[in-house]
Amino acid sequence: MDQDHKKLKESPFPCEGLEKVLSFIDSHKDRSSASLVCKDWYDAERWTRSKLFIGNCYSVSPEIVARRFPKIKSVRLKGKPRFSDFNLLPQDWGANVHAWLVMFAKVYPSLEELRLKRMTVSDESLDLLARSFPGFKALSLSSCDGFTDEGLKAIATHCRTLTELDIADSVTVDIGGGWLSCFPEGFASLEILNFASLQCEVSFDALERLVSRCRALRVLKVNESINLEQLQRLLVQVPHLTGLGTGSFMQELTPRQYEGVQSAFSNCKNLQVLSGLWDATSLYLPLVYGACASLTFLNLSEADLRSGELAKFLPHCTSLRRLWVIDTVGDKGLEAVGLSCPLLEELRVFPIDPYDLDNRQGVTEVGFLAVSRGCPNLNYVLYFCRKMTNDAVATIVQNCPDFTHFRLCIMNPGEPDHLTNEPMDEAFGAVSKTCTKLRRLSVSGLLTDMAFEYIGKFAKNLETLSVAFAGSSDRGMQCVLEGCPKLRKLEIRDCLFGNAALLSGLDKYETMRSLWMSACNLTIKGCRLLAKEMPRLNVEVIQDEWSDETHANKVYVYRSLAGPRQDAPPFVLTLGGEDI
Amino acid sequence: MQTGLLNGGGGLFTMSSSEESYSYPDESLLELGLGLSLGGGKTKAKTKHPAAAGGGGSWDHYARILTAKDFAGVVSDKTSSSSSSSSSSSITKVNTSGGTKRTAESPCSPPGRSAISQVVGWPPVRTYRMNTLSNNAKSPVTEQLFSIDDKCKSKNADTPSPNHGSCTNTNISKEKGFAKTSLFVKVNIDGVAIGRKVDLNAHTCYKTLSRALDDMFMPSASVGARGSNMERQVSVAGKRQPVKFLDGSSDFVLTYEDKDGDWMLVGDVPWEIFLNSVRRLRIMRTTDAKGLAPGSQERNRGRPITPL
Repeated sequence: MDQDHKKLKESPFPCEGLEKVLSFIDSHKDRSSASLVCKDWYDAERWTRSKLFIGNCYSVSPEIVARRFPKIKSVRLKGKPRFSDFNLLPQDWGANVHAWLVMFAKVYPSLEELRLKRMTVSDESLDLLARSFPGFKALSLSSCDGFTDEGLKAIATHCRTLTELDIADSVTVDIGGGWLSCFPEGFASLEILNFASLQCEVSFDALERLVSRCRALRVLKVNESINLEQLQRLLVQVPHLTGLGTGSFMQELTPRQYEGVQSAFSNCKNLQVLSGLWDATSLYLPLVYGACASLTFLNLSEADLRSGELAKFLPHCTSLRRLWVIDTVGDKGLEAVGLSCPLLEELRVFPIDPYDLDNRQGVTEVGFLAVSRGCPNLNYVLYFCRKMTNDAVATIVQNCPDFTHFRLCIMNPGEPDHLTNEPMDEAFGAVSKTCTKLRRLSVSGLLTDMAFEYIGKFAKNLETLSVAFAGSSDRGMQCVLEGCPKLRKLEIRDCLFGNAALLSGLDKYETMRSLWMSACNLTIKGCRLLAKEMPRLNVEVIQDEWSDETHANKVYVYRSLAGPRQDAPPFVLTLGGEDI
Repeated sequence: MQTGLLNGGGGLFTMSSSEESYSYPDESLLELGLGLSLGGGKTKAKTKHPAAAGGGGSWDHYARILTAKDFAGVVSDKTSSSSSSSSSSSITKVNTSGGTKRTAESPCSPPGRSAISQVVGWPPVRTYRMNTLSNNAKSPVTEQLFSIDDKCKSKNADTPSPNHGSCTNTNISKEKGFAKTSLFVKVNIDGVAIGRKVDLNAHTCYKTLSRALDDMFMPSASVGARGSNMERQVSVAGKRQPVKFLDGSSDFVLTYEDKDGDWMLVGDVPWEIFLNSVRRLRIMRTTDAKGLAPGSQERNRGRPITPL
């Protein structure tokens, strides 16, 4: 050992050279690998890292991050577990960004970008952000909550060099539109503006003036308060847009107005992304046709079109790679997709009627099959349906073996193959076997342990698995934990997996980002055992009205360097191994 | 090194526990408790399984999962699933070690209605997305036990008009007293950019709906004299209801878009049929609504544009 050490010391790699080389590496995974080589590389890497990605804000603390990385300019931070999107997490669970911002303000004054997902962001935090970083450029809030227009006002007022403000699908209540008017008159640096999900009325004058000043604007996604006529006035200012989210299409236009809007759209020759289209009907949908020749992503998830309307639309979108629709288009609409979109890579079909109140049919295996036949490059699907068959899925993955993301949601829990009445095990077996590049899988329908045996046996690249209302015994979960070497996120709800299943993953959880289990058969004792065996995991039980002294209804397990949460609310119980 | 957990892969550090062998604790050491799997929904107390309340003591060595299926009312073993299949979601229960059938306490779902609406967060559709579609997802299970509006019922008993029968002819689920789900539709009024949403299932008849819309949009409107369809119905009953701006005296009239995309005057068809076919509401200026004859199925001729 000593001789090797001597050799290293005699011919050291100059650290300036190393730093120069490492500065070209962007991917955080590659950087992490580099940092593990030796102490010198670890040091060189930490001094040259400028982009920070933290997939679970509780896996590490601001202090630890500050100590390790001295020069960060861009941060991506994720908070709550994904099931919080579906109201499974109580209010005030956590993932508040404020402590992080306080640290950033102290340690990274030249911070330029902040991208948050599923975090709580208060107005106070936004104000701190706006005042602490003179060169701040990009703010992206995806699925965040906790702020009002006061916070946005602070951003608009104080961020002089802002290039991006993206409030993608964040949930805000009672937000006013006054913030848009707070951009100063001289402010002209905006390149990306997305406020499509905000339910507020903005001043159109202020918006028009802002758009006319920002000559570098390339993405503009407005909300429903903007009508067609107003949209036209915006489009003539920025015909070079690459991304557009329209406002509401519910407006009656005179023939002259109609022509004006149509011509404005036709002048948008660079459009790659189109969304919005609220209340678009067959009457006004043709207005956008002229802008669709170079479209790669068409998001119709706010427009409940029917099959005919979609069939007329798609031939205008010859370059389409990604399509999001509502299931009102039906199987017939999806047939049109199969015929018109040979380059399609991603399809998402959302349900208009998730609770089946109107007994609507939606889409079935027929539509999915039609798409798979016409779109061999399909690699991402999110499909909500009420009926599916094993045979159809097997055929679909034969047609499209390159799936990396396969998210099938048969909406009735425990629904079997509607032709054979058998479990849907074979369907997901086919997916696991055939799609060797599969990274993300969401299963549904009636499933026994067999489905999970298939997944464990074949899905060797699987990273994320979502399970609901499935499985016949603990063995199911065990198969997945033992069989999927790259598993990072496992989220389970309403299954009968119990303590034995939970504990079978003892060796696994430190290699994963997190495990979520709700409405399963876990007890507090079982969770305590896990916590005792694996002290570097945070084993948290969220107590709600269905919990008692024994039953652990919502369990969140994740690896952490930071120890138990300091900010846990009273209903989050972090288990140690104390009293087994 | 502290780097282990910040890496994409793990396993940098040896985990002492993997070296030792440990045995799974005896099953008897662990209480296999039973819990309700309804998540955080707001179901009525009586739907809570009795065992859960008792802390699971009676469920020793017996693991059975209660899922949304148990509240569907239509639960059968796998073998008999075909016989119980219907247009509603007939859910077959996977056989567990316990293999029990449901108890009689669990409520039955109304025929033709899926039980999905009683499960929190399922199907997994994002809240913001739900807000833009016609059904609201914030709280699929509402706390209120919807009881039939007695006032509405008694007043309508006097009227010969067939439309009012709809007030008493409420959803089956209401008659059984189950928690009602919401049916939010968008309401836009001419001249205001952002629409509102109204829960149609919170109403039993047109009268209460129009009153709610009055309050929502025109709280200061005065009572008028001339009759729209609705006002006529009301005056037939012999009582003058303060149906404010929707009575023809103001400049606005209430219309709805049905499943076929046609715009119709609200109030023409029985309430139940209206609920089944309405996609959204629009409060139009009376001048624009000229093309909508009562009971007519024609498209609104008031539209100035024809498709190209």
